[in-house]
Amino acid sequence: MAENAYAKLLAAQIRGQLQYRLSFTFDLVLNAGITTIDVLVLLAVFRVTPSLAGFGIGAVLLMTGLAQLAFQLADVAVGNLERVPQYLRTGLLDAVLLRPLSTFGQLVVLDFSIRRAGRIVQGLCTYGVALRVADIEWTPARVLLAAVAPLAGAVSYAAIFTAGAATMFWLVDGGEVVNAVTYGGRDFASYPTAMYGAWFGKLFGFALGLASVGYLPALALLGRTDPLGTPAWSHWAAPAVSVVWAFAAAGIWRVGVRHYQSTGS
Amino acid sequence: MSVVAADGLRKDFTVWAKAGRFRRERRTVSAVDGVDLRIEPGEMVGYLGPNGAGKSTTLKMLTGILTPSSGTVRVCGLDPVPERARLARRIGAVFGQRSQLWWDLPLAESFTLLRSVYRVPPTDHAKRLAECRDLLDLDEFLATPVRQLSLGQRMRGELTAALLHDPELLFLDEPTIGLDVVSKEAVRGFLAELNQRYGTTLVLTTHDLADIERLCGRLVVVDHGRVVHDGTLAALHERYGSRRRLVVELDEPHERLDVPGATTESVEADGRRQTLVLDGPLPAVVAAVAAAAPLRDLKVVEPAIEEVITRLFRRS
Repeated sequence: MAENAYAKLLAAQIRGQLQYRLSFTFDLVLNAGITTIDVLVLLAVFRVTPSLAGFGIGAVLLMTGLAQLAFQLADVAVGNLERVPQYLRTGLLDAVLLRPLSTFGQLVVLDFSIRRAGRIVQGLCTYGVALRVADIEWTPARVLLAAVAPLAGAVSYAAIFTAGAATMFWLVDGGEVVNAVTYGGRDFASYPTAMYGAWFGKLFGFALGLASVGYLPALALLGRTDPLGTPAWSHWAAPAVSVVWAFAAAGIWRVGVRHYQSTGS
Repeated sequence: MSVVAADGLRKDFTVWAKAGRFRRERRTVSAVDGVDLRIEPGEMVGYLGPNGAGKSTTLKMLTGILTPSSGTVRVCGLDPVPERARLARRIGAVFGQRSQLWWDLPLAESFTLLRSVYRVPPTDHAKRLAECRDLLDLDEFLATPVRQLSLGQRMRGELTAALLHDPELLFLDEPTIGLDVVSKEAVRGFLAELNQRYGTTLVLTTHDLADIERLCGRLVVVDHGRVVHDGTLAALHERYGSRRRLVVELDEPHERLDVPGATTESVEADGRRQTLVLDGPLPAVVAAVAAAAPLRDLKVVEPAIEEVITRLFRRS
């Protein structure tokens, strides 16, 4: 059977939201506007310093563009999962468990918010500008990386969102902690990992793999060596980190749902 | 083969109670405490009990939402939690508070979406939808967004939504709650028809006594997580001592009747009207009364189920 149930559900969800046209347009514009603030912050930083950890504004803008586009894509795709506590309270999770489809897939499409899509516009603009102003010697490999990196980063962030949402099966009020990791993770990846303190940079950049979202791919695109001493091949391989994240998140999600099924709360 | 087979079904919840300023004490509460249940194809079973008796928890275990703490359960021959998706195609559920419908879309669209969700062949889907439209009078509000439907209309929509994939077993949690009298009767009639025509097994929880009398050939009453009664309504009356009564009108005043197989409960209008509580078979008692006094009219009063259920629920 060619028809895809998830695609149908997603289309229905979007149709439902389009019923409220005025608030829809308003949200779309507002969302695009809010996210621009991050870029303004970056510009403000470069008014007082010419470089961050040896990287000029073009290079940092590239990292910011990558991180933001990746984050926004992930946010549009699975950002609604932060509402897991509500799904538990309202019984949506029970309703979802009664249907012959995956819980994750259903929750993602059933509460998909088209309004968040406005944010992608800003990310695309920032990334596009960065690719032009940064000093990149274009090769076929770099073109490929430039296309793959934001998507891989999006998978990483989506995995972090999912893992964070899954922890809310245990901690119903854990939303703030999870936000610290997700939004903190976006802001972290917007700047060169080399500028952070040693253990902090290592923890977020390499243990959580956030350096692979903006910093390392940017190094590969720019052809720069890492002041932190990571080998050049790892800059190219960085997108693969998202695969590890995806598997880990899938596992955590499954454990979370099983926990719900055994505790009922 | 039984549609539902549960043995020693148990569900424990852990609750944390405050004990001192920082310490919390762990306590285990059994919401379902060893339920054995067998339901055969085509049965209509009322699953009754006071609030907090463990009805919802049991239904959740039977539908694969919750994992039992211990005991075994098979529904349609499947293990509900591990085989959740396969089971979902074979059962239907109407849980009053949890809508299966899409709030912002016309009702008809929900049905189309559910066809994709359950991958029902278009011809089967169309056939069943046509039947539901006919039996539940859906036509006038099929194009209305679900959020604008009245409660009764929405419930009819929910029933249809639960049936489009042709489940062999239907769970209903308070299917008539909050409905007006006409809608209640429509829902009951529909469910009875469904059971009779297609042999669909129905398991419903309700607090509505008319639902019980109309729909539940068998009652399973739970209290504190255990089954306290499993049998027919008549057996329940039997057990709790509720009996049928015979009210007789006599042509002339008569002293308190004393016939075998009945006890006279009250004497009114100088003995022209007397109420007898039946212990024995009705025809024998009527014959005995007719022999003893000039009988003008008689009326058999069925025991009020309200009494029994209220008494049953109050004991908890």
